[in-house]
Amino acid sequence: MSVETLLFWLFAILTCGGAISVAVSESVVRMAFSLVLCLGSVAVMFLLLGADFVGATQLMVYVGGTVVLLVFGIMLTATGPFTKIKSSGADAILSGLVGVIFLFIVSTTVTAVRWDDVSQRVAVGAHQKAASHGFNPEQQGNTTRPLGLSFLSIRADRDLKLSAGGDANGVASLSSGYLLPFEIVSIHLLVVLVGASYLARAKRRAATSQ
Amino acid sequence: MEAVGPNPFLFVGAVLFVCGVVCMTTKRNGIGVLMGVELVLNGASLNFVTFSRFTPLGLDGQVFSLFVIVLAAAEAAVALAIALNFYNNHLTIDVDRGDELHG
Repeated sequence: MSVETLLFWLFAILTCGGAISVAVSESVVRMAFSLVLCLGSVAVMFLLLGADFVGATQLMVYVGGTVVLLVFGIMLTATGPFTKIKSSGADAILSGLVGVIFLFIVSTTVTAVRWDDVSQRVAVGAHQKAASHGFNPEQQGNTTRPLGLSFLSIRADRDLKLSAGGDANGVASLSSGYLLPFEIVSIHLLVVLVGASYLARAKRRAATSQ
Repeated sequence: MEAVGPNPFLFVGAVLFVCGVVCMTTKRNGIGVLMGVELVLNGASLNFVTFSRFTPLGLDGQVFSLFVIVLAAAEAAVALAIALNFYNNHLTIDVDRGDELHG
């Protein structure tokens, strides 16, 4: 068993354990800790898939940003009894049962597909360069430059000449790249953060003043 | 030993998704519901990166998972602001108490 396989199973168990612990634990603080464990393990799985930039972003934005935000939310709202709000036992049993059935349905459906055949069938004509092995087959990482170039519609992973959009001269029409979505997302993030700080500003409590 | 194929990664993604859905539907704490949303988004993101590695989706999967991460951060910021406002108005974070619009 190679080191990679061993690492995968270790962090798969950590991810699933963290997720299940988030779903079943009563205390919000323990849920936050389990979420950190789960999201960190997902970042390691991104690294195992050869997506080093995405893994690093996951660690920085999720574990370093979003979870810290959640922990601050818990600190600001957790007064006394509200750290543990229990649901009844019958509800827990029912939801667990529904969850197990749902997991069974989803996992059997997903694993029943033979993804090699599907990707061969999809890949005909469109982008044969990536057809046989997917992107980044040697798991060499180093995806920062291809990701940045893909924003400018320069693709390291596919042959644009073979794409269906090529005209009669065989010159491929350039895809538009991800620059516009990136700009839209950045403006969206700015607007969202301004709006969030406006929503969460300190003010008098309406419930007590009435 | 053969390298790990796509199916174990997809199974982990399915576990994340199901745990997130169960967490969203059963938690009565508003922050707990938010954590469920984060789990669901992470399951989807893991699926994107898995398909980018094993199928001709190529680099698109990684770009989309980056967008998912950024949008999840934005969603968490807004939802936490709403949760804080809810707490200011109701003095509790129990989502069952937010029933003013109940007909």
